[in-house]
Amino acid sequence: MLFQPINKNYHEFCIQRDPELCINCKVCVRQCSYEAHYWDEARQKVMHDNSKCIGCHRCEALCPTAALNIIKKPSDFRTNSLWRPVFLQNIYKQADTGGVLLAGMGSPVDIPVYWDRMLLDASQVTNPSIDPLREPMELKTFLGAKPRKVEIETDRKTGRTTLKTKLTPQLELDVPIMFAAMSFGAINFNLHRAMARAATECGTYYNTGEGGLHKTLYKYGEHTIVQVASGRFGVHRDYLRAGAAIEIKVGQGAKPGIGGHLPGGKVNDKVSETRMIPIGSDAISPAPHHDIYSIEDLLQLIYALKEASEYKAPVSVKIAAVHNVAAIASGIARAGADIITIDGMRGGTGAAPAMIRDNVGIPIELALAQVDQRLRDEGIRNKVSVVAAGGIRCSGDVIKAIALGADAVYIGTATLIAVGCTICGRCYTGKCPWGIATNDPKLSKRQNPDIAARKLANLIRAWGHEIEEMLGGMGLNSIESLRGNRDKLRGVGLSDTELDILGIKHAGR
Amino acid sequence: MKRVYPDKEYCIGCHLCEVACITAHSRSKDAIIAFREERTKDGLTACKKVFEKGDICVAISCRHCDEPSCVAACISGGLHKDPETGRTVYDRDKCVGCWSCLMACPYGAIKRHPTENKIVKCDLCEGREGGPACVAACPNQALKFEER
Repeated sequence: MLFQPINKNYHEFCIQRDPELCINCKVCVRQCSYEAHYWDEARQKVMHDNSKCIGCHRCEALCPTAALNIIKKPSDFRTNSLWRPVFLQNIYKQADTGGVLLAGMGSPVDIPVYWDRMLLDASQVTNPSIDPLREPMELKTFLGAKPRKVEIETDRKTGRTTLKTKLTPQLELDVPIMFAAMSFGAINFNLHRAMARAATECGTYYNTGEGGLHKTLYKYGEHTIVQVASGRFGVHRDYLRAGAAIEIKVGQGAKPGIGGHLPGGKVNDKVSETRMIPIGSDAISPAPHHDIYSIEDLLQLIYALKEASEYKAPVSVKIAAVHNVAAIASGIARAGADIITIDGMRGGTGAAPAMIRDNVGIPIELALAQVDQRLRDEGIRNKVSVVAAGGIRCSGDVIKAIALGADAVYIGTATLIAVGCTICGRCYTGKCPWGIATNDPKLSKRQNPDIAARKLANLIRAWGHEIEEMLGGMGLNSIESLRGNRDKLRGVGLSDTELDILGIKHAGR
Repeated sequence: MKRVYPDKEYCIGCHLCEVACITAHSRSKDAIIAFREERTKDGLTACKKVFEKGDICVAISCRHCDEPSCVAACISGGLHKDPETGRTVYDRDKCVGCWSCLMACPYGAIKRHPTENKIVKCDLCEGREGGPACVAACPNQALKFEER
């Protein structure tokens, strides 16, 4: 056998082609952006190179005769609980390249998922459950600072009452679920348009991420949250005024303390125009904002943005879930933010150093519980809304997040999965076979915005129905009654410390 | 009349429409048998073709034009316009294989039969439940069967 470098043969996946079913139609050849399938002229049939397969399953999905299976390579290293294969493979790669290992999407490491260790309450005879098909259910959510008390004035002559208290700007959500920040550049225009349309249709919001907002999407501004991150890409007056809210991104759950990097290959004319950078140039967002080195600096930026938007848009601050997150959140609330977004360590990303992604941050459940508790203890919970993000997988996670104290959640990875993402984790290559994390015109057209918008709207609608069902099961008819209502949660198999941090009782109590 | 309209914006060049076309026009209606046997033995071929150039691709089949050049060019009466359905209908028995229609078609939507002196052309999957097979098979809705 010819010599192969060690990396070549320790690939992750194997393509299984059933010769009984394969009709050599070459659909797989055309769909594989990694060229794992190819037409072999000599053999006059479709062949494949397993070492190139990244496990995206695109070929499998489009094969008209279901002739393909993508499986993990069955051969394995000698079992060793310390030196698991992933560590060996990483070392082989780094010994070859001398570079930082890059990874896409959220961390796949086996850290506890507390959502799965929490269970919801259900009504029985003493308090009856509610049938959401027959009774009205309220999922309406408002994000923004709430007044301590509401004063109402009554006109003596007409008897008409008016609100005397001046409310700060609010975001009105029909469902407590928003599309998370994913920049135009990291994902393509078709998907940005689809998110904007789906958010508008469902009465919720999508977040531009740090990529600016393309002029043609300004019409969806009422359902857009515009982001200001450290690179300030695409930030100008019209942009700040185009959105319904402004978000300052300080940190990201997938890579806390790490900046962003959009490779030049993804910067086409449209991205260049929106980000205000030259075509083909790398867009590097530094890890720190160079005008924020303290809470006081953050306060200045918050108020600068409020000024820029004439105090019409609430300002949100997004931070990664890290140690002492509760104290940080308290500072942010006191700096004047209307919304705090906390992004847990299972949040997704287009690209992150693998070691950061897998070893830095904390799970969102713990961060959320602590932030909500701290803000309540300090008596400032009404001053900010809390949005949880980072690894929300289903409506069960959403409802548990709300019971733990979130006002709403952001969904990012789930959004991408809805349009086909299989979490193959190669977003940083720009060759996304599903046409998601790519601006290659040939690949990005795989996302038809009509289909994508429908799928995204369906997802939000489906989760909304499920949330109503679960609320009804708990005997609640409004999401407001569940917010921070930890008595509706019980832990299973958690230590006293974990229960204490989450602020919930163990099941059976 | 309802026609198949291709959308080059969202055609992903997978050629699944061709696979669907071959299967729908096969005797077996089975993709594997159609590809393996009928294609090689009987010269079964798709009546549509995906044209590709760089990033652009588009699936072309007979447009069933209101005033079809192919019908005007046909010397044998093998092609005619059905006044009721509006379809450009092909009569295989009358076709003499002169290729006049092939040259006249401005879309390049008529093909030569690979083994016989006949042409291959879209019949909009006449009689097929659910309309043309290519439209049903397109994974990205880049083909639409509608009245415009």
